[in-house]
Amino acid sequence: MKHIRSHVLVCGGTGCSSSGSKKVMEALKQELELKGLESEVKVVETGCHGFCEMGPIMIIYPEGTFYCRVQPEDAPEIVDVHIYKGRIVNRLLYREPISHEMIPNFEHMQFYKKQLRRILVNCGHINPEIIEEYIAVGGYTALGKALTEMKPEEIIEEMKKSGLRGRGGAGFPTGMKWGFARNAPGTQKYVVCNADEGDPGAFMDRSVLEGDPHRVLEGMAICGYAMGASEGYIYCRAEYPLAIKRLHIAIKQALDMGLLGDNIFGSGFNFHIKIKEGAGAFVCGEETALLASIEGRRGTPRPRPPFPANSGLWGKPTNINNVETFANVPNIINDGAEAYASVGTAKSKGTKVFALTGKINNTGLAEVPMGITMREIIYEIGGGIPNGKKFKAVQIGGPSGGCLPEEMLDLQIDYESLTNAGAMMGSGGLVVLDETTCMVDMAKFFLNFTQKESCGKCTPCREGTMRMLEILTRITEGQGREGDIELLESLAKNIKASALCGLGQTAPNPVLSTLRYFRHEYEAHIRDKKCPAGACAKLAGYKITELCKGCGLCKKACPVEAISGEIKGQHVINQEKCIKCGACMAKCPFKAIIKS
Amino acid sequence: MKTVEDLKRLREQLQSDNRIRHSAGTQIIVGMGTCGIAAGAREVLSAILDEIAKNKIRDVNVTQTGCIGMCEQEVLVDIVRAGEPRISYGRVTPDFIPTLIAEHVVNGRIVEERVIGKITK
Repeated sequence: MKHIRSHVLVCGGTGCSSSGSKKVMEALKQELELKGLESEVKVVETGCHGFCEMGPIMIIYPEGTFYCRVQPEDAPEIVDVHIYKGRIVNRLLYREPISHEMIPNFEHMQFYKKQLRRILVNCGHINPEIIEEYIAVGGYTALGKALTEMKPEEIIEEMKKSGLRGRGGAGFPTGMKWGFARNAPGTQKYVVCNADEGDPGAFMDRSVLEGDPHRVLEGMAICGYAMGASEGYIYCRAEYPLAIKRLHIAIKQALDMGLLGDNIFGSGFNFHIKIKEGAGAFVCGEETALLASIEGRRGTPRPRPPFPANSGLWGKPTNINNVETFANVPNIINDGAEAYASVGTAKSKGTKVFALTGKINNTGLAEVPMGITMREIIYEIGGGIPNGKKFKAVQIGGPSGGCLPEEMLDLQIDYESLTNAGAMMGSGGLVVLDETTCMVDMAKFFLNFTQKESCGKCTPCREGTMRMLEILTRITEGQGREGDIELLESLAKNIKASALCGLGQTAPNPVLSTLRYFRHEYEAHIRDKKCPAGACAKLAGYKITELCKGCGLCKKACPVEAISGEIKGQHVINQEKCIKCGACMAKCPFKAIIKS
Repeated sequence: MKTVEDLKRLREQLQSDNRIRHSAGTQIIVGMGTCGIAAGAREVLSAILDEIAKNKIRDVNVTQTGCIGMCEQEVLVDIVRAGEPRISYGRVTPDFIPTLIAEHVVNGRIVEERVIGKITK
């Protein structure tokens, strides 16, 4: 037997798996065996590191060397150079997008340096399929403390003092919610974990479930003890197969160890967790629709009150929190409410995980303290906008949220400041947009999403979003009319006021916020029939300028034969035939074709 | 698992297995430049790993380094105990490892006759 001198952590999250991390791991194991090193080096499959853009990701300890975009072919070099000889494989290191500096250790990377990882602390650093790895980093101590040292009322008091608010979107104080469920009359009560993460571009809940599933189970069990529930459900969308698989493994391991099940830690408290797979309807993230779906009924919302705290699953008192909210609970119990609340702003405490996507250099998950500015997230953690383009706006909170323009970049982020700015925290998806994005087109994209996902139960949402989408489509196609903007505003106001659930009430937000900050773009589309960003295909036109040398490449590239001209003579585009695909512009060696 | 104490005991036992991912007390550094490898650094490294496992020593990190220019003294092994200077041993062979580990790593007694250098920060 040999002392294990090195741990090689290979990311097995959904992002890295789809870029081939499984093959990398196999190649690595094979190579280690070939060199006779398998007894001294341990290969560990971990959850998501949050830097999916750079996947597959590998970290080698004890040095903590961070390799990115590792391919199976790299395995021999990694084993020979790094593991055998102890030298760094420079070409696989991460390079900072602006300084191009090579960073060997992940702790020194800008992307991680600015983050405060409390929820994601174990993601990418433990094997999520082995409960012992979670226990080794202090897992289930919070549950032990709660069950043996604290009364349920004390836990609820602690939760209230921590200032934790729901991370799913609305930001309701979690401690109060637990208190309502505890005080509701009834003996059978339920804990429900909402893992129906559906916002386009948001994937923090998936990463927590895949990378640290026991943390969520522990949070749910503590909630069950505090409110007096012995059963819990995790409602997870079926599009997250890896998360579901790891949850099943985690639940089984916790049961086998006696950390879930009956009489946990000899306290007399029983807690069982079941998984319900959702079929992937966005509306099922709404709590009453989610409960209907667990009960086996069609996933449509119902009016509240009664609130789930009084009449939830099968009519029993139920507390629903999302994944990230539950993941905060062990920290609060372990470190105390005061330590937890020492981070954040006056009304928003703790950290929030944001999913960075869109036109940004470092796509991935960033966990930051509440109160940080958008500029820090986008430029310092996110590494700025790629290809030298200019920042235009950031869409925050997905289809229910709104956009923030450049002048709002220094806004301190918390629940209230975002709502006042016309956006919302939502689940924390950040879609960064650059100057080539058309804001009308973006609003259309999100409205198209909510329109498709509308369950159809209430008229304002079903009909209203459809009409709004029709108007937006017409504007982006150059058929906009005077009065369209006012019509959009009045429809938006009415839908917000009268829709049954959160989906409809927030669906007009992308339109309203783009109208608030980018009204001139709507006007340009309607009055001048122009798309200032040049993104709306129907409004774009291509023109060949006098720089044309008559090489004929554009003529060959055109799929609809819209270009005519003699060799060595100026070519022209027939605007009637042109389908605005842009193929000619891409082919032109003289940059003679411009978009107008 | 029946009690919170059971959990605590298990955690303490598991923690040492994963300590490598955080930081460790003693560092053992083997010179693995071309010169070191030619002089048998790989065999020395293997012997070190065997010896650590045999004695169930926790809290050590074994890493490699490149050539530091004293090729004629290879295999070089450096030992850094937390808070102590870095001690370099020269011409290390596998048969010296049990003594080295027992004396310096475990008991903190430097094996003076084999030392070729000392680096204080």
